[in-house]
Amino acid sequence: MNEQLQHMTREVAKGRMTRREFVGRAAALGVTAVAANAMLAGHAQAAAHEAPKRGGTIKIGSSGGESTNTQDPALTASEVPLNNLYAWGETLLDVDPEGKIEPRMAESVEASADAKQWVFKIRKGIPFSNGKDMTPEDVLKTMQRHSNEESKSGALGIMKGIADMKVDGDNFIVDLESPNADLPYLMADYHLIIQPDGGMDNPGAAIGTGPYTLEIDEPGVRHAFKRRDDFWDSENRGFADEVEILVLNDATARTAALQSGQVHAINRVDPKVASLLDRAPNLSVQSSSGRGHYVFIAHIDTAPFDNNELRLALKYAINREEMVDKILRGYGSIGNDFPINASYPLFDDTIPQREHSIEKAKEHYAASGHDGSPIILRVSDGAFPGAVDAASLFQQSAQAAGIPLEIKREPNDGYWSEVWNVQPFCASYWGGRPVQDQMYTTAYLSTADWNDTRWKRPEFDKMLNEAKSELDDAKRKEIYSQMGQMLRNEGGLILPMFNDFVNGVSNDLGGWINDPNGEMMSNQAAIKCWLKSA
Amino acid sequence: MHPVLKLITQRMALGVVLLFAASILIFVGTTILPGDVAQSILGQSATPQSLANLRAELGLNDPPVARYFAWLGGVLQGDLGTALTNGRDIAESLGGRFANTMFLAFWAALISVPLAILLGLIAVRYRDRWPDKVISGITLTSISIPEFLIGYVLMFFVAVKLGWAPSVAMINDTMSLGQKLNAIALPVAVLTLVVLAHMMRMTRAAILNVMQSAYIETAELKGLSTFEVIRKHAFPNAIAPIVNVVMLNLAYLVVGVVVIEVVFTYPGMGQYLVDHVSKRDVPVVQACGLIFAAVYIVLNMIADIVSILANPRLRHPK
Repeated sequence: MNEQLQHMTREVAKGRMTRREFVGRAAALGVTAVAANAMLAGHAQAAAHEAPKRGGTIKIGSSGGESTNTQDPALTASEVPLNNLYAWGETLLDVDPEGKIEPRMAESVEASADAKQWVFKIRKGIPFSNGKDMTPEDVLKTMQRHSNEESKSGALGIMKGIADMKVDGDNFIVDLESPNADLPYLMADYHLIIQPDGGMDNPGAAIGTGPYTLEIDEPGVRHAFKRRDDFWDSENRGFADEVEILVLNDATARTAALQSGQVHAINRVDPKVASLLDRAPNLSVQSSSGRGHYVFIAHIDTAPFDNNELRLALKYAINREEMVDKILRGYGSIGNDFPINASYPLFDDTIPQREHSIEKAKEHYAASGHDGSPIILRVSDGAFPGAVDAASLFQQSAQAAGIPLEIKREPNDGYWSEVWNVQPFCASYWGGRPVQDQMYTTAYLSTADWNDTRWKRPEFDKMLNEAKSELDDAKRKEIYSQMGQMLRNEGGLILPMFNDFVNGVSNDLGGWINDPNGEMMSNQAAIKCWLKSA
Repeated sequence: MHPVLKLITQRMALGVVLLFAASILIFVGTTILPGDVAQSILGQSATPQSLANLRAELGLNDPPVARYFAWLGGVLQGDLGTALTNGRDIAESLGGRFANTMFLAFWAALISVPLAILLGLIAVRYRDRWPDKVISGITLTSISIPEFLIGYVLMFFVAVKLGWAPSVAMINDTMSLGQKLNAIALPVAVLTLVVLAHMMRMTRAAILNVMQSAYIETAELKGLSTFEVIRKHAFPNAIAPIVNVVMLNLAYLVVGVVVIEVVFTYPGMGQYLVDHVSKRDVPVVQACGLIFAAVYIVLNMIADIVSILANPRLRHPK
């Protein structure tokens, strides 16, 4: 968000500007009405916080749950298990809705001058739900479980750059192989829930320092939790007596459950019905612009995508506004062919926006000298919601520029193992990461496992490392800006849109904040909200 | 040995052979699907190292034939194994799901079977008159509309607008029978609408077929009322085809309701199976497949035996 917008949202929160004025002026700055309202909601709600109420049962209806789920943080990859994790467990640090680091199990963090050594001071006297106090040793064991040889943790990639970890008194000390100014953000990863003895003996025991204890665990159906009396931070979290996470994978079932009052909040409202749902009297649709994005990715080491003129032709041929309008129904913003947007710290908003231009697409296509054979784009509905429709829109606008794009539909089943990161040109999505470094390291570093565009540039890697060890924010911002432009002009990433998180929230739920870190208040709605009727 | 006993024994032996064949088919099916368990568990977050670690832990490096026979050995001793994905005991988690599936199927059958047969009898009694046409019209319409659509429509009007029954049919052990029945009211209604037409039409057709016979004419000439004729003479002779179609529909209520389970988020076996298929959790898929196959085979066997017992020509073969 740029500074003017931020100033304006503050004005509204203080009551000096009306909502209507705000939306109007934001539109003048090129912000869609939906996006403007979303920004406003976050700030206005935060400002209008009433005192939390205690008691009652909060029910969350969430997609992304299966009967195969476990409570093991290492294997967590979808929304329902994520909601579960935050109900019973906590990480060392958390990222707040403003993108700042919030201390949890670590009460403070300090870096050495070269950002190679990090010292986490661990809180004392915080009980696990099994009665034992959490110790720095537990922290060390947890981190070891996620990083050792046999680890099957989703956080393995994050832990890679760590040379050594040790405990010194109340401190947990991490030594890095190379400097990393963003380590606190990495340590806020949801996999790294602190467990007694690191969860070595029973990783799925659901014993942690969070506000609730797991009472009923029926994977794929529901998970019920009860409040702990000995929770250390009951001032700020854990207001309801009980929490239930219901697995509602069907979109219509979710909206019906919210409308009929069986749940207090649902995730993933279909953008097609969001405006209709918002009209219902007892609830509201809350969206937050996040870092997630829908993409078309080409392997730049495979013909014909090894030709940058052809890549530019495709980038100019895609109609971004149309996609945001028709695929996201306004619940999103246009992309600029690099994976960073204003939701990231140190984002450079002066990088010019790439516009849809048939002429330029034609020019670059002619310059590429492509032989006119069909360019195959692989897509499935599972790539992202509306992916097949988006591909058709892409095909049409490419056709107008004379580019022969051919859509090949693939089954959802096996898409992530057989097509994504295997085939040279396909549709995909990214959830985004809390900081630029992590996003680039995950998918654009030469050695990254998920380098799904085969972007292998030594100079890019060098800049990434430089930015990592740079503690001066102005200089870091400059480096990131250069990297973003490099990717935008030469990368295999065609990024038409950033999607918003769209949630449905009952009016009975208090304390809702639109959080750019993830849907459902970064999956912490159950522990941070309260029931007004309680 | 009595020929009927012999026939039943033969059917049972055949059923067991069929079950084995089904288990092999399911196993082959799951192995030729793209991707494997380790990849499905880790999803987009899989790195080569974490994949290799998980594969080794789950025993996926053994050859498929060895894995199949290891599983078969367990099943013969009543051990269905543990799920590869979350390490839970399959028999335990499956037991609850199976009970739920049977609970829903039982209540749906309890309402739909008598209703279908009654409607069929009424349709025959008033053949080609307006009650026949109304019954046929309504049931054929309801079978022609996709079941999820009926589900959504009922959900919108009954659950959201009227608030009579919940849209989420999530039953659990702490609920009383009354609460459970209220929770499953909508799915039962949808299932009834879906299976009604098939059974009703078959009842009508089978009885009408018998009604052409000479002995029905005799019964009519004796002065019996039409309903008496149907009840005493036509229905008993039409029972074999009716039982057949009823059993097919009962099997559907047990094994084919995954769409309804998803729409109403009912914790039955269908959803459980689908989740594990998409994760390539072979032991669970095998166990579910085996149970589904067993249900089909047993219900069809019952249909066969009933038609044997109902038909003197099959009961006393020459």
